[in-house]
Amino acid sequence: MTLALALEQLLNGLQLGVMLFLMAAGLTLIFGVMGLINLAHGSLYMVGAFACATVAAWTGSFWIGLVASLAAAAAAGAIVELVVIRRLYDRDHLDQVLATFALILMFSEGTRWLFGSFPLYLDIPPLLQGAVALPGGTEYPVYRLAIILAGAIVAFGLYLLISRTRLGMRIRAGESDREMIGALGVDIRTLYTVVFALGAALAGLAGAMVGALQSVQVGMGEPVLILAFVVIVIGGIGSIKGALLGALLVGVTDTMGRFLLPKLLALFVAPAQAGMIGGAAASMLIYIVMAVILAVKPRGLFPAAHA
Amino acid sequence: MVEPVLQISNLVKNFGALRATDGVTLDLRPGEIHALIGPNGAGKSTLIHQICGTLRQDSGTVRFAGQDIGALGVADRARLGLGRTFQVSSIAPDFSGLRNVMLAVQAKQGSSFRFFKPVMRDKTLIDTAMVMLERVGLTARARVPAAELSHGERRQLEIAMALALGSKAFLLDEPMAGMGPEGSKSLTRFLDTLRQEAPILLVEHDMDAVFALADRISVLVYGRIIATGTVEEIRRDPTVRTAYLGDHA
Amino acid sequence: MILNRETLINLVLAALLLAVPFAADALGQPFYITLATRIAILALAATGLNLALGLGGLVSFGHAAFFGIGGYVAGILAAHAFSGEPLLFGLSGTKQMWVIWIVAAILSGLVGLAIGAISLRTSGVYFIMITLAFAQMVYYFAVSWPAYGGEDGLSILVRNQFPGVNTMRPLTFFLICYVVLLAALGLFALVRASRFGTALQAARQNEVRVATVGIQPYRIRLTGFAISAAVTGLAGALFADLNRFVSPSMLSWHMSGELIVLIILGGTGRLFGPLAGAALYVIFEYALGGLTERWQFFLGLILLVVVLFARGGLLGLLAGKAKHG
Repeated sequence: MTLALALEQLLNGLQLGVMLFLMAAGLTLIFGVMGLINLAHGSLYMVGAFACATVAAWTGSFWIGLVASLAAAAAAGAIVELVVIRRLYDRDHLDQVLATFALILMFSEGTRWLFGSFPLYLDIPPLLQGAVALPGGTEYPVYRLAIILAGAIVAFGLYLLISRTRLGMRIRAGESDREMIGALGVDIRTLYTVVFALGAALAGLAGAMVGALQSVQVGMGEPVLILAFVVIVIGGIGSIKGALLGALLVGVTDTMGRFLLPKLLALFVAPAQAGMIGGAAASMLIYIVMAVILAVKPRGLFPAAHA
Repeated sequence: MVEPVLQISNLVKNFGALRATDGVTLDLRPGEIHALIGPNGAGKSTLIHQICGTLRQDSGTVRFAGQDIGALGVADRARLGLGRTFQVSSIAPDFSGLRNVMLAVQAKQGSSFRFFKPVMRDKTLIDTAMVMLERVGLTARARVPAAELSHGERRQLEIAMALALGSKAFLLDEPMAGMGPEGSKSLTRFLDTLRQEAPILLVEHDMDAVFALADRISVLVYGRIIATGTVEEIRRDPTVRTAYLGDHA
Repeated sequence: MILNRETLINLVLAALLLAVPFAADALGQPFYITLATRIAILALAATGLNLALGLGGLVSFGHAAFFGIGGYVAGILAAHAFSGEPLLFGLSGTKQMWVIWIVAAILSGLVGLAIGAISLRTSGVYFIMITLAFAQMVYYFAVSWPAYGGEDGLSILVRNQFPGVNTMRPLTFFLICYVVLLAALGLFALVRASRFGTALQAARQNEVRVATVGIQPYRIRLTGFAISAAVTGLAGALFADLNRFVSPSMLSWHMSGELIVLIILGGTGRLFGPLAGAALYVIFEYALGGLTERWQFFLGLILLVVVLFARGGLLGLLAGKAKHG
């Protein structure tokens, strides 16, 4: 086990973390502002990936595809919010879970209907192809570094949006007292649609970026969705800061865990067994971490103040 | 002197920089109605929460029925005999009033881990509950879902539940709130008889009821008790008049 | 038993579920017997969840964990009986259903106790997420444990045995499942009407009130959750025997979602809600699936409509508002 290898895994962990942050930020905003738990977020991730792949193949440009993914995901988000989601704000969480679960079914099958069951392919743009030398001797894909950078920029952008703009002010007010801002004359309905579409766009961006690394296929959003939920539960539902910290924690822990656990176990048991147990343990690791954190802090690391 | 049923000593509770409960000492003696009054924001709710167990005090003690209950949770304190009603009545809305009181009866018996006998055919549970409902005058409405009970009826239901628990002290949080003049009068009459069952710590805004019922009054302002005494003493106390009753009392 | 509209509908449902397999058997169409058995088993699994969700208001998004544990108990015990290899602690496997059921129920119940002990310290969305997470843990464990098939799952080569009958006959196995379902429904009805059920439902309606009368909501809920897990685990064991196959998909969060869907479709908290929901679901799957490969799209649409507009589920539509006593 070399330092270079560890560094490479660490960067992979950061990249996963950044991706999870994009998903989690949207989820936690939606929950914080609207009190809504949205299982269909993974579908919006998928929509972004499909839009990017389709438009990129059509125009030959990844970058146009990326813009398309943002637009498509935001549009899908806005439509879903207007037609379905807004009827759910006053309902209990069970109804929200079920309705958004129904949306997953519809999005997944709908996508399969339109695009068939075969995955689409998205190529890394020429600008970001190739690899960069890391200290220690290995090379690391430029594209993955670009994702990490993109994530950092989005995180900073969100910070500016929330703390420096009027929209951000309304979002923060909405998080602390939903009924009050309505009474104060803020157009809640539009605010909610905007927040939902913003969250959707972030998810779509994540899907598009990952689409070039893995393939673009139906159901790609689901494993990410579950991890994103783990992230926001660890970070504290409603907290973007918590989402960032949680995402980085989950990303790095998961990646490093898969890398280190089999090696650690190989010190005690035979390599074949170590690989097997290590693999199983690594998959479970992040959930164990979540359970431990929740046992100590039942509302996450940075619980939002309001009920 | 007889030991008080409820004894609160030097209770302190801070929320950050806000000293919500500032060294409160208060006691409830057998057979009395002790009213707790004070302007809005005085910290009455916070104090009640600490007595009932929803909040843990920062320092000070709460003694009830001879024990220090400061470390006990809500359910444990209730089982010791601390009966409580809420400002906004807290009942199980889907159940009938009868089944609500039966819940209290089964809680008193400690028999909640029985799985096989249907409660609605359990004569002992039903009869005991009906006795309580009769005492508060809810017999006719016993089988109505609690959600459909009127404001005043829900108050009565809560008291029936506290009675079913065999409470050794009642903590009533603004029972007169939202009651019309008729309702207030009949509830006042009822509480007058209730004191024979167990002493009452009555948190109230309705001064007519307070002056009619209270044996003693304590006045809470900004988290401190500024005066404790009989109705007459409090009415005449100048600090109370300024702080709370205004100059009109 | 009060003979109101709901009870009548329940009797009709129970009768229909019994009649269809017999008719199918007479007509020589064993496929429909299998369909009915599937309905019975899913109804059993959902009845387990209904104890926690319908009565207790605990939205568990991880009940697939118990369903799968029950299934794997059946698969593992059968596999060991078949191969002759001892299991843990020198115990051998078994192919006797009733033994498998007991082990499945107890093991699921114990896991339910453990998961519940931690999860019930949280509430609301956190509870939903943490139950989901625990189920995921079990899922990934099953996927990465190659000894019992890993991702490919585990076959039960020959259906397990029940004394005195030939379980390989579809109708016989259906009857076994039907009787177990009725027993579970009986248990549900008893629990709901009991003191424990009163406390559990009261905790759902108003947690503060329960504590104020001196009952600790946590203990009541934990007990309810564990019993709920045991019943769903039992269903998992039967499911494994029906398909003669166990796979990690029984542990997936889709399965957890499906169990919740069954209850909602039929009517939450209703005695026969799970059965009505399971029947609707399996019939949709079969009927819609026959029409189009995209049937899940329409299932989603129907589910959405039910959640938004028909909140009491099928039984709510047919029987009106539930009575609570």
